[in-house]
Amino acid sequence: METLVTGILLGGTYALIALGLTLQYGVARIMNLATGETLVAACFIAFWLFASYQVSPLWGLFIIAPIAFVINWAIYTYLLRPLVDRARNAGMLEVDSILATFGLLFLFQGLMLRSFGGAYTSYTFLAERFEIFGGFYGLNRVVAFVAACLIAVALYLFLYKTRYGTAVRAVAVNPNSANLVGIDVASAAALAFALGGALTACGGTLLSTYYTFNASMGVVFTMKALIIVIMGGVGDVRGAVLAALILGIAETAVARLIDPGLTLAATYALFTLVLLFRPQGIFGRQQT
Amino acid sequence: MTRLSSDEIRIALIGAAVVAAAATLPLFDQGYYLSLALNIVLYAALCTAWTLFSGPTHYISLATAAFFGLGTYAVALGLDYLPYPLLVIIGAAVAAILAGLVGAATLRISGVYFVIFTLGLAELVRQIVSWLQTKLSTRMGLYVFTDFTEQHIYWMLLALTVVVFVTGWLINRSRLGFAMQIIGNDETVARHVGIDTAKLKIILFMISGAFIGMAGAILAPRYAYVEPPSAFNPMISFLVVIMALLGGTRRLWGPLVGVIPFTIVMDIVSVRFPNDTSIVIGLSFLLIVYLLPDGVTGRLEQLRARMKHKRVEAEPAALKEPA
Repeated sequence: METLVTGILLGGTYALIALGLTLQYGVARIMNLATGETLVAACFIAFWLFASYQVSPLWGLFIIAPIAFVINWAIYTYLLRPLVDRARNAGMLEVDSILATFGLLFLFQGLMLRSFGGAYTSYTFLAERFEIFGGFYGLNRVVAFVAACLIAVALYLFLYKTRYGTAVRAVAVNPNSANLVGIDVASAAALAFALGGALTACGGTLLSTYYTFNASMGVVFTMKALIIVIMGGVGDVRGAVLAALILGIAETAVARLIDPGLTLAATYALFTLVLLFRPQGIFGRQQT
Repeated sequence: MTRLSSDEIRIALIGAAVVAAAATLPLFDQGYYLSLALNIVLYAALCTAWTLFSGPTHYISLATAAFFGLGTYAVALGLDYLPYPLLVIIGAAVAAILAGLVGAATLRISGVYFVIFTLGLAELVRQIVSWLQTKLSTRMGLYVFTDFTEQHIYWMLLALTVVVFVTGWLINRSRLGFAMQIIGNDETVARHVGIDTAKLKIILFMISGAFIGMAGAILAPRYAYVEPPSAFNPMISFLVVIMALLGGTRRLWGPLVGVIPFTIVMDIVSVRFPNDTSIVIGLSFLLIVYLLPDGVTGRLEQLRARMKHKRVEAEPAALKEPA
């Protein structure tokens, strides 16, 4: 039971990170391998705001998310859009975007190492105990989970209840057809990429309240996010949330029952199962 | 197999002369330059082996560090029990088996899954090796004591590089190489003419992985002390990708053009600006994507093709004039 609750609480933050990536990959068609660095950068900024200006990470969200939105919009418009225009087919864009975001990954990592150093960092925020079903959990984890849920619901309402959200989903299904019905594909893709970056940054801010982070851990989170996205089906919001909860529970179970050093092995085991049995995602339909 | 053309014989002779010259290096210097040359030869072997698979398929493999680390570990674990040459072969075999498993899980579906799977592979293998080590023994590290000095390792790596080149050349002449060319150009066409694309890709990935494992096994004596974090250093994977793409992967010797300057640059950077290696790597990736998408050799061939084109255009005009 304790494992289950801890896993679900962890899965909430994972879900935000994966939702960010699924928007970027599913709509903007960019496999953003620097997503983990966005997350770590948000962790550091939340820490810096908290330590220097006593800004609570929950208020920090309102500062960090807009910054991430603008930066990601600029990255898409000025760096990645030229690659989309240059690519002759999907395969070429894939290779180019992978290499370009690798470049960003190392660039951001290097800049963070310069500004914050390579040490493990954490801070104390709401480190009180909180009772759920007779078990005790950190209040910061519970608060992070609730905040993640609220953000996810807001995203769901945007995507499914507004005109602009519908346009974004249409681009995810088929960019060419979306163009035919009068949707500005380029601006929808830029919006989705920027929004995805902002979601990832929110995930990072929440993660920093209960997790010890350092400048070079981004790649591991990129891996996790990618695996959640594939498990849930690319561009599928509900699938990503479910997959994130499954991964959170699986990781917590492995860490508790076998060894905390094997969490990545748990991730890979799930990934392999998905590749072998449901490569199209949990809710995905078989493609012909 | 057809007979060798005069061009091929010429290239082989030049290659042999270059290798022979490179092999004499330890006679002149035993210090800094030998150490630098050792790094160059190491990355030459790794990048060429990487290109065997990633050149024709365009799949970016980041599994290099995993294969390399397994090779190193094979030597470190077995040195007390088995002869060294046998361990090098075991290292290659273990790496090939891992490549086969990864390939079987991902290469049947699509390229993206392959990249993602290899991205964390070194870290995964490191976690498993560390876990097994803490379960089965009390020490984290292993000592590798041999009689080999840097010059022996250098010669062995040089020999390995030659073997990789000859293998790559033989593959290009074989049915496998011909099939890979078709797959690289258009996979749908390849499947329609009856090529088992997944199987061939897996075989090629295993060959490439085996050579990388072998390089790791050869390098093990240089470390003297082997630990999971140093053996499975993910940086190796990224450096190999940059060097190979910088040189260009269309030709077998393309990566060499990237390896030599980049190893020297990284050597300078890691001494002068040790904290900024990530930034240099990041900028190199961006440089490749935006300015050199086909690598240096690709760019040179483009220029040559353009000059030829101009000459062809200019000649008929010159012929017309007298009339």
